[in-house]
Amino acid sequence: MGAPLIGARIERKEDYRFLTGAGQYTDDVVLPGQTHAVFVRSPHAHAKIRSIRKDEALKKPGVLALFTGEDLAAAKVGGLPCGWLITDVNGQPMKEPAHPCLAQGKVRYVGDHVAVVIAETLEEAHEAAEAVHVDYEVLPSVVDTASASSKGAPQLHENAPDNTCYVWAIGDKSVVDKAFAGAAHVTRLDLVNNRLIPNAVEPRAATGAYSRADQSYTLYVSNQNPHVERLLMTAFVLSLPEHKVRVVAPDVGGGFGSKIYIYAEDVVVTWAAKQINRPVKWTAERSESFVSDAHGRDHVTVAEMAMDKDGKFLAMRVHTTANVGAYLSTFASCVPTILYATLLAGQYTTPVIYCEVKAVFSNTTPVDAYRGAGRPEATYVVERLVETAAREMKLDPAEIRRRNFIRSFPYQTPVALCYDTGDYEATLDGALKLADVAGYAARKKASEAKGRLRGLGYAAYIEACGIAPSAVAGSLGARAGLFEAGEVRVHPTGSVTVFTGSHSHGQGHETTFAQVVADRLGIGIESVDIVHGDTSKVLFGMGTYGSRSIAVGGTAIVKALDKIIAKGKKIAAHLLEASESDIEYDRGVFKVSGTDKQKMFGEVAFAAYVPHNYPHDKLEPGLNENAFYDPANFTFPAGTYVCEVEIDPDTGKVSVERFTAVDDFGKIINPMIVDGQVHGGLTQGIGQALTEGCIYDKDSGQLLTGSFMDYSIPRADDVPSFKVDTRETPCTHNPLGVKGCGEAGAIGAPAAMMNAITDALGVKDVPMPATPQTVWRALQNKKAA
Amino acid sequence: MHAFKYHRASSANEAASIVARNGEARFLAGGQSLVQMMKLRFVSPSDLVDLGSIKDLAGIKADGSGVTIGAMTRHAEVAGSAEVRKAIPALAALAGTIGDRQVRNMGTLGGAIAHADPAADYPAAVLGLGATIHTNKRKIAADDFFKGMMETALQPGELITSVSFPVPKRAAYMKFKNQASRFAIVGVFVADTAGGVRVAVTGAGPCVFRSKELEAALSKSFTAQAAAGVKVSDKGLNKDLHASPEYRAHLITVMAKRAVQSIA
Ligand SMILES: Cc1cc2nc3c(=O)[nH]c(=O)nc-3n(C[C@H](O)[C@H](O)[C@H](O)COP(=O)(O)OP(=O)(O)OC[C@H]3O[C@@H](n4cnc5c(N)ncnc54)[C@H](O)[C@@H]3O)c2cc1C
Repeated sequence: MGAPLIGARIERKEDYRFLTGAGQYTDDVVLPGQTHAVFVRSPHAHAKIRSIRKDEALKKPGVLALFTGEDLAAAKVGGLPCGWLITDVNGQPMKEPAHPCLAQGKVRYVGDHVAVVIAETLEEAHEAAEAVHVDYEVLPSVVDTASASSKGAPQLHENAPDNTCYVWAIGDKSVVDKAFAGAAHVTRLDLVNNRLIPNAVEPRAATGAYSRADQSYTLYVSNQNPHVERLLMTAFVLSLPEHKVRVVAPDVGGGFGSKIYIYAEDVVVTWAAKQINRPVKWTAERSESFVSDAHGRDHVTVAEMAMDKDGKFLAMRVHTTANVGAYLSTFASCVPTILYATLLAGQYTTPVIYCEVKAVFSNTTPVDAYRGAGRPEATYVVERLVETAAREMKLDPAEIRRRNFIRSFPYQTPVALCYDTGDYEATLDGALKLADVAGYAARKKASEAKGRLRGLGYAAYIEACGIAPSAVAGSLGARAGLFEAGEVRVHPTGSVTVFTGSHSHGQGHETTFAQVVADRLGIGIESVDIVHGDTSKVLFGMGTYGSRSIAVGGTAIVKALDKIIAKGKKIAAHLLEASESDIEYDRGVFKVSGTDKQKMFGEVAFAAYVPHNYPHDKLEPGLNENAFYDPANFTFPAGTYVCEVEIDPDTGKVSVERFTAVDDFGKIINPMIVDGQVHGGLTQGIGQALTEGCIYDKDSGQLLTGSFMDYSIPRADDVPSFKVDTRETPCTHNPLGVKGCGEAGAIGAPAAMMNAITDALGVKDVPMPATPQTVWRALQNKKAA
Repeated sequence: MHAFKYHRASSANEAASIVARNGEARFLAGGQSLVQMMKLRFVSPSDLVDLGSIKDLAGIKADGSGVTIGAMTRHAEVAGSAEVRKAIPALAALAGTIGDRQVRNMGTLGGAIAHADPAADYPAAVLGLGATIHTNKRKIAADDFFKGMMETALQPGELITSVSFPVPKRAAYMKFKNQASRFAIVGVFVADTAGGVRVAVTGAGPCVFRSKELEAALSKSFTAQAAAGVKVSDKGLNKDLHASPEYRAHLITVMAKRAVQSIA
């Protein structure tokens, strides 16, 4: 057999399909008799529904059905559940207001679902939707994070006073306050982590179908975790037997978190398919995506770091208000708590940390996990504080980090996590070198000669990936397990189909996972196919998010492979008339150790399915194994990013001149795919820092950045050619030594960017996104001051 | 998008007469503005009259004194035209900065100025160069053509056939783009012409306009410093998420300065 496949830059198996237009996305699925749904959405941020007149719409050509919240309530269709229970500082459960699939008497954000029209064609459904007359009594609204829970703010839900979902805290406040009282220096920052709109290239889509023949449902949906979608929908919303519902998430064109959740549209098309006994299809238009896909981030934070006279961190105190939007989306509650505050130690030995988080409802689109989910917000707090502290204490920003790095592992942080391994000095040193920080002073001079401002910024991030040990997650409020499942099916002629509960929506699992399987079995990668995204094929799955696929999903596959090899040894021992303990497996060959007696993998597979000569008394025929893997700990990818910007003071335009990322993702399976993940993540992180501003009108609650005319996702010419490299400390608790790499770029980049921009401008803070106008204004203010 | 009737006109007269007869009908040129508005249901014409097959509406003719460009000439053709590049390089360069490749391969000069988006690029060149707009009925001077926010001197059913641009002594266009749409937040076309210096500003106001302050300063001294010394008033300038009137006024000066710098 050839060179090892783990660590090889293998071109992606799936790309032929995608590049030649042969991908099959949800909207490509065309079912016989399919109908089209259009949702009537609220044009108001907050309003009572006095009445809905259906008559005119129902008379329009082609209309088959029109349902409102009343119809769903009559059919006992439940609301959308939240998958994570947060317990507040007083031991009370968080407030969980009803989240109806179609509005019940009230709408709470622009884009809230009011009714669904189903017609023969999409055009007819649109025409009829325009003829649904909703009589609204418009109410005052609140969209602003900082003021949503202030006295007198309009109330969204009766059972959530002051629009407060919970106030949650971690750490011992009195100990932290004491450390602050004795500190030589305190650095404080008021930070806003801007709200983002995900915008996957494939919009959300869902097609529901019902079969009278066996009373079963099929839902095709652009989703990151079809089994969880099915579990939540059957158990909590539609009360259907789980075995009568099949959920298929075929090719999915990007998710970034926004397709983790169960959405109202998914439920409605599934339910309606039975009502009209025909398949019902819905595909979001881009304008709908802007208002109805769960948004990300949206924190307002006061962060403080206490230090001794040498810049050693003594304590950290963080108060955050997190906007969850109008309703709790599937994982909204854990993102600003469990996935945020637990990361506030960063790469440092800060001995005590206190973080208090208030989650507030507002008249905005629900907010949930978005690439990084809580960890970019945490990194932003830590790394902006650290860099600002260095500037205030006149220390080199690399030096202040070195003085505080965690150096011995395992390391128990004061915020619940226990890091298994890492080498933060190695990634920092690597980044400084690759970024040519030594040559920065000369580059700054050259910029100044052109009348430009140049700035340098670092971010040394950490993230918790490989989500998650189920028992830990359960003790923190998770209402689901977080293991993963895999199945390895060896076919009689020795080729292999692997079924994984992970889901690929751009990550390249069909290649990475196949590399792992082919490498472990010592067979050709072309003999391995990876299947995912269909509850009727894959035994179970928790899906893909939180950079968990290789660490958890990959490990489940490895465990199934171990079982395959173990069984293969038994079969080989029988065929070779040797004792099982003498059989070794080495790159596709079962051998009797110390002899030249051997059987190829394919021969053993064949014997398992054509068991003429077979140990029937001890073994079942066949070669097919399942494994479930529940991780022992999170994994902790970490790294250092270095960003260099140049600013045109006349216009305020920021140009990212250099961006260097040195990451430790543990063992790397396919460096090319990892580079791609890092590039994409960095681009999203740069987008958050530079271009992506989601803005609601404070008075009307309208989304002002509701299209690409006003909402700017970063484009190729917004980012430089990245310099990326890796260092490796293998994860200690999974067999591949892998940590995950999908979110790192988006986690580390914003802090590095804003540290560079504030350095160039010579100001303490500039809000994200640092648009030309924002930067220009900061310069004007500085001049005026 | 609502349903509509599609016509393919074979002559300018035929196209104009269909639209003249029916108030709900519209000309369809490159479709890069109109179709977008239809998809968003902002407009719902009953009929679209496609100008794409009318041969004599497209093409570029240049002589010593000017360049005449057919209304249906695509942005990419203008950008790539050796004749335009030679006669008025700033015009070719401007066309090359409109939208992206796909947009430039479809969008047309006639469509762009008929649509008169406040942030569109071509109006700055048309006004800055003092071009003449030819329609199926008359000739209209650039100074009389742009009337307000997406408003022109065109009458219902009036069809632009071509635009003639006089060759300036020198000219340049600088634009500062909106990060999201990549349209101009401010675009400044500066032209040193036989009739004097003309400075046209797009993106900043409800409609392209001439900056008298910059024209006066540059008439005295056609230098970057002269432009830089002009403090443009922010009165009446656009205010949106991306730029305040004050910021736009400042950018007009900066873009004018850079335009002059590139040719002085
Ligand atoms: C993604 C994108 C980016 C863009 N970026 C830019 C940019 O950076 N700068 C810029 O300037 N523009 C930009 N545009 C707009 C583009 O230049 C359009 O092509 C142009 O504004 C309209 O030209 P059109 O030929 O497509 O006209 P259409 O969309 O077909 O028509 C526009 C209007 O003009 C009328 N019309 C068309 N032809 C005539 C005629 N001969 N006589 C009378 N009326 C006529 C139509 O009836 C319609 O009302 C962008 C467009 C898109 C989609």
